Amino acid sequence: MAFDPKDIETQIVEADVLIIGGGTAGCLAAVEAREKDPRLKVVIVEKAHIDRSGCLAAGMNAINAYLHPGETPESFTAHVRADALGLIREDVVLASAREINTAVARVESWGLPILKDGNGNYAARGRWNIKINGERLKPIIADAARRAGADIYNRVNVTDLLIYEGRVIGAVGFGVRDGAFYVFLAKSTIVATGGTAGLYRPNNPGSAHHKMWYPPFNAGAGYAIGIRAGVEMTSFEMRFIALRTKDAIAPTGTLALGFGAPQVNAKGERFMQTRFGHAGGDGAATPLRVYGPTLELKEGRGPCYLDTRGLSAEDVHRLKASYLDMYPGIVLYWAANGIDPSKEPVEICGTEPYVMGGHCQAGYWIDPDRSTTLPGLFAAGDVAGGNPYKFVSGAWAEGIIAARSAVACAASVGAVKHDDKCTVALRARVFAALERFEKVGDGVAPFEMEERLQKVMDEYAGGISTFYEMNEERLLVALKQVGKLKGQVRYLIAGDLHELMKAHEVIDRIDVAEVLVKHLIHRKETRWPGYQTRLDYPDRDDQRWLKFVNSRRGPDGMVEMLERPYMQIVPGDRYLPPA
Amino acid sequence: MSVITDKVKCNGCGGLDEPQCVKVCPGDLMAMGEDGKSRIRYTADCWDCMACVKACPRGALETRLPYQLALYKATLKPKVKSDRIEWTLIDIDGEKEEFVIRTL
Repeated sequence: MAFDPKDIETQIVEADVLIIGGGTAGCLAAVEAREKDPRLKVVIVEKAHIDRSGCLAAGMNAINAYLHPGETPESFTAHVRADALGLIREDVVLASAREINTAVARVESWGLPILKDGNGNYAARGRWNIKINGERLKPIIADAARRAGADIYNRVNVTDLLIYEGRVIGAVGFGVRDGAFYVFLAKSTIVATGGTAGLYRPNNPGSAHHKMWYPPFNAGAGYAIGIRAGVEMTSFEMRFIALRTKDAIAPTGTLALGFGAPQVNAKGERFMQTRFGHAGGDGAATPLRVYGPTLELKEGRGPCYLDTRGLSAEDVHRLKASYLDMYPGIVLYWAANGIDPSKEPVEICGTEPYVMGGHCQAGYWIDPDRSTTLPGLFAAGDVAGGNPYKFVSGAWAEGIIAARSAVACAASVGAVKHDDKCTVALRARVFAALERFEKVGDGVAPFEMEERLQKVMDEYAGGISTFYEMNEERLLVALKQVGKLKGQVRYLIAGDLHELMKAHEVIDRIDVAEVLVKHLIHRKETRWPGYQTRLDYPDRDDQRWLKFVNSRRGPDGMVEMLERPYMQIVPGDRYLPPA
Repeated sequence: MSVITDKVKCNGCGGLDEPQCVKVCPGDLMAMGEDGKSRIRYTADCWDCMACVKACPRGALETRLPYQLALYKATLKPKVKSDRIEWTLIDIDGEKEEFVIRTL
């Protein structure tokens, strides 16, 4: 079918509250908004299908942010602060900590099986963790959003926020199935799309390039639409590099927390004890637990492992069952390679760096009520900044808080005013790659541009091949190369709607990568070894850098860097976990 | 490989607007072929999340890890029941292991 822009249908959808992204945070936001005011029209727009979209597609076997009896929002915040090496938005973390347990209870009431101990309390997997049978976690919260009466638009890829007189009034995008141009007009908008994978060259090449931990389909749209709209972002330089099992890239918490397996190097040395004992050994802050094995590899003491050799056959069966609820690929990987974790240790590695606010704190600069710096726009989940260690339950809490604020905001706004002129240019941008394919034919395929971006970022902005290390001169090369790619997006070609989605994914990744590199250049210290190792500024420098690095892209396309102060609210040593 | 379709078992979810696997794939990778059977369009782009395998009402899909990571061959097949999943794992030596995991 030849493409003719004139044939594209426009679908206009009006909403009181628009939720961009029907994942972990988005579904809870929809339920909360409808419960607060059942008269409201709440719309979820989702790139995939809410039953199995986002991080939870395969399920989840634990809730890793939960306040067991005796813990308080303050003790949780102190823990999160120590884990993030002394710098978080304490006001923002405290606000979600107060909501986490009720959010978990709510999802349990919808049918999530949570394991209990002999006394009927939730079974602990660690100080802040509980065990669940969460294979159906995503369909459970999707069902709740449907039951609550949210209007759901699956397979619609949002490409831009819609702004009128300085206020967010919705978003535009295209139907991945129907090819229509979608205009969502909303009194308030919550962005909850998730973070960004695929910025860096991944662990595995070619046929296994998507064998990654973070969903490869999370391409940073939520950040990119905010960046392009000039919303203030924070802490992109705190990249997340996950410690994962080698090859299959499965989470290691199940092994370390669930089964007590310590890290060892090729010599059998428990290097986290010997080299990072002062920082907590195997229980050190999360960045150090990936920095440790990275150093071992760099200095010739790899491979590194989680030592599972003490496990019984029954333990291994339970271990596999636990992974089947979340990451079945590792079970198949062991079976295909003849690996028995009770007889040989499980090899580990760091992943490629991701930008996300669920484990680290990259994202929109928000107030405790989850409002962003643009009126009418709220953020929740992996795109919301300053609130690391939120994981699933913190994202639920954040969705709930954002929904309350968005409902209040919607009540204060009359009819949404807009101007058709503002959608015309956006519409042309949405379909440009399809149009070029039809009219010119020659150009750049999305995967080619993605590959080049990943090569640049890997080699010059601290990817796997350089042990995540970086220095200013290399970062400046990355910035220059990413800038050139920005100039090339007009040559993208897409032969169908799936390819058009891929084209927008790489456009979004490039916009995120540019902001990331600017942040990495700006912070002239090493705050988070591994995540952000500056060879030219190897030490932590609280005197100069105990503050947030923020950014905002101007109408001229230039990214302006800003600094915002850190505020300590919870007393105590910022580098020590709570007693 | 990533997702293999058993073309005898797959009936393209006849009667539905969209086969279940096409509906749920988070990467928009599953599509209906001209033969009326589902298939994966871009094998390298699969995340191996198994959402499609579990959604298939006829057990027609199988996740196969890329050969660079996994030797030929092992299989992992879920049977989705109303309140549990029964998994059958067969390793490279033909050893079978079964798991029953509650979902409600």
